Amino acid sequence: MPSPRYWREIPSRYRLEAGRCRTCDTVVYPLRRVCPDCGATECERIHLSRFGKVITSTVVHVGPDAFQMEAPYGIAIIETPEGARLMAQVADCEPDELRPGLEVVLEFRKIRREGAAGIICYGHKAVPVAALS
Amino acid sequence: MTGIVGYGAFIPRNRIKSEEIARQWGKDPAVIKRGLLLEEKSVPGLDEDTITISVAAGRSALDRAGIDPTRIGALYIGSESHPYAVKPSGTVVAEALGIGPEVHIADFEFACKAGTEAMFVAFGLVESGRVEYAMGIGADTSQGAPNDALEFSASAGGAAFLFGQRHVLAEVLETYSYTSDTPDFWRREGEFYPRHGGRFTGEPAYFRHVLSATRGILDKSGMKPADFRFAVFHMPNGKFPLAAGAKLGFTREQLDVGWVVSTMGNTYSGSSPTGLAAILDVAEPDDAILITSFGSGAASDSFVLRATELLPERRGRAATVRSMLDGRRRYLTYGEYAKVREKIIVNA
Amino acid sequence: MRDVAIVATGMTAFGELWQSSLRDLFVDAALEALDTVGRPRPDSIYVGNMSGGQFVGQEHLGPLMADALGLAGIAATRVESACASGGAAIRTAFYEVASGASDLVLVVGVEKMNDGSDVTDVLASAADQETEVYHGITFPGLYAMIARAHMERHGTTEGDLAAVAVKNHRHGAMNPKAQFRGEITLEQVMTSSMVAEPLRLLHCSPVSDGAAAVLLCPLTRAKEFTDKPVLIRGSGMATSSMALAHRGDPSYLDAVSAAAGRAYEAAGVSPSDLDLAEVHDCFTIAELCVLEAACLAERGEAAALTRAGETTLGGRLPINTSGGLKAKGHPVGATGVAQVIELVEQLRGEAGDRQVPDATLGMAQNMGGSGASSVVHILERV
Repeated sequence: MPSPRYWREIPSRYRLEAGRCRTCDTVVYPLRRVCPDCGATECERIHLSRFGKVITSTVVHVGPDAFQMEAPYGIAIIETPEGARLMAQVADCEPDELRPGLEVVLEFRKIRREGAAGIICYGHKAVPVAALS
Repeated sequence: MTGIVGYGAFIPRNRIKSEEIARQWGKDPAVIKRGLLLEEKSVPGLDEDTITISVAAGRSALDRAGIDPTRIGALYIGSESHPYAVKPSGTVVAEALGIGPEVHIADFEFACKAGTEAMFVAFGLVESGRVEYAMGIGADTSQGAPNDALEFSASAGGAAFLFGQRHVLAEVLETYSYTSDTPDFWRREGEFYPRHGGRFTGEPAYFRHVLSATRGILDKSGMKPADFRFAVFHMPNGKFPLAAGAKLGFTREQLDVGWVVSTMGNTYSGSSPTGLAAILDVAEPDDAILITSFGSGAASDSFVLRATELLPERRGRAATVRSMLDGRRRYLTYGEYAKVREKIIVNA
Repeated sequence: MRDVAIVATGMTAFGELWQSSLRDLFVDAALEALDTVGRPRPDSIYVGNMSGGQFVGQEHLGPLMADALGLAGIAATRVESACASGGAAIRTAFYEVASGASDLVLVVGVEKMNDGSDVTDVLASAADQETEVYHGITFPGLYAMIARAHMERHGTTEGDLAAVAVKNHRHGAMNPKAQFRGEITLEQVMTSSMVAEPLRLLHCSPVSDGAAAVLLCPLTRAKEFTDKPVLIRGSGMATSSMALAHRGDPSYLDAVSAAAGRAYEAAGVSPSDLDLAEVHDCFTIAELCVLEAACLAERGEAAALTRAGETTLGGRLPINTSGGLKAKGHPVGATGVAQVIELVEQLRGEAGDRQVPDATLGMAQNMGGSGASSVVHILERV
């Protein structure tokens, strides 16, 4: 990944910056210029809490080249308490455990690497809350 | 009063048992467990490194401190496994923690002492009034060559300490460092695994520096071993810190809480700092605490701390070291371990 | 707007066509279509293609293909909507003819996927790079999440999904141009290797090369070219949020619902008027979700309909008589055009063993990404 493209997304990837529409209160992650629900352009910058629950999920067995070493890996759509939905890998989780409704916490992890010489790309992965203790 | 206003640790959830490593190389696991006092060690996942461990530990430190991260004026990360040879770990960690941009950042390296080095500088800047808050982190995904004695100990984890002058959880009463040029353990630029001097790492290196630094700080602070409720010494294996403690006159009871090495392994720059975090997880107000690190090359940093009234109520805001050591773990086979530690050559 | 008819079709076999390049495939399909009606000179060409740039490093397909056909000089451009590129190209051509701007427009959907690229990576570029692909999601993975959501909400089972694959392979076995011409059993599907849970290899459409071409003209001129024109009675297109995470119910394809609704309205027909449909079964779950979104099944009832045999050839509403993407193959840019060709053959009564008796009205539903875009056409025998 070219580093400018990675760098540009740092606020949402590192700090879970999202937007709350000042007109209709819709929370969207990442922050965008235009509210997808009402079209308003005034958005308040918020940070998502690092908690959420799984809406739907899968375990990818055949991944893209960049993720060959990680497969099989869980990945899910997660809804945060603020109402934002985001996609993230699910780590430290047994495949049978990864089901709708699973309570998760978002941990900072390496997401991908550009080979042995390129930049390392960070972001968040979900971990079952049960893994915390 | 200057001291720790927030602290946190993180230990990855993968483990490998000493038996599993011993079996791989045809060694007798009983000898390892008895000789090095190592049961198992933490192993970083493919998605974990010094930066991710530092962020996790740093977040817990911020949760316990409850301060606005933009008030942090300095952030130092000590590690000998910074993911980049050139490009700081600290910038990633700062951005993730919401620290900066008005912040001084540096990555430290001093073998296993880099963590306390970061703490030492962070503390000094706060005490001098140069910055309001400063964070020092020690974290590593330690390297150890396959079929080397280090392979039984080299593990992953780290701890973060936020220093400040208000709402202190543990006051820093004294610091002391003892340093000499001693080539007991090293890794040359571009080399994948460190080398070490075998038994030379013991008496002239570990013991000389740990004992000298500890004696120095006891002398400087006018305290004696019996004055402390807890002490932690750098843990390259299970045996060395217990032997150092005994030579200095500390009892096993004083050492037990911080002696996390038998199930965590040696997290290098994170070793004694994580032991300190484990102590802060249980210490009571007014308990005196001693920490002495050791970094090959070689030096030891010592700190004397005293827990405050605030510590017990703040520690519940984040996970304890014990909960991470005893909580969810996934045991790896040696093959899985070799894969996640990227010891297998694949077509990438 | 003028009525628009399809007067000629051409299509390569779908499969791993190692001897054919992107432009070979295009020329084969285009020539076949033009030759069947005396090789007229079209006014313009639309090339439906998802990613010549990533698959074979070739962009700028409009002039490339016009030139390859000996037609340099005419208007030609590429239309892209990921796997719905073929449908979107037809829609563009349809409006060009309907508006009166052109009389004769050639549409060719083409994709060359087996040329050494990382197909998983290229296809993934139809998802949101920053919020989905970054995290390692694949297309099977996205549809697997749709499947899990459908299972959670409607009780759909792995067996229900497998039944779709079995049915479409049964249909494909009768299609001489299909990539897979063998029937498969439920057990084979359910024991095939796991791709993205719960989707196994035989729940997935294959990686294919192929091209498909149709020639459009005003209905009033259709008899100049053929005795059996097929009317494009309505076209509908819609989009949804790009990222699957942003859809309220991930198992409901709202772009398909809107596109089908618009097509029904434009055609002045209702779902119950249809005799057959070609739907975008890139994965087995997609066929079930499309049937529900396009009102061909009640919500949550598509699996029951499939199990009851209603969507099989001979059933009440045969779905994917061509074998679908699953068995016929899925050269992504060609798929939308190939779907329409199956309808043309059926509505002309030329579908051989696959013929739906007395087929009069059919629907082709083409879809891009995880359902972020969809194009629907309703075709009628004239």
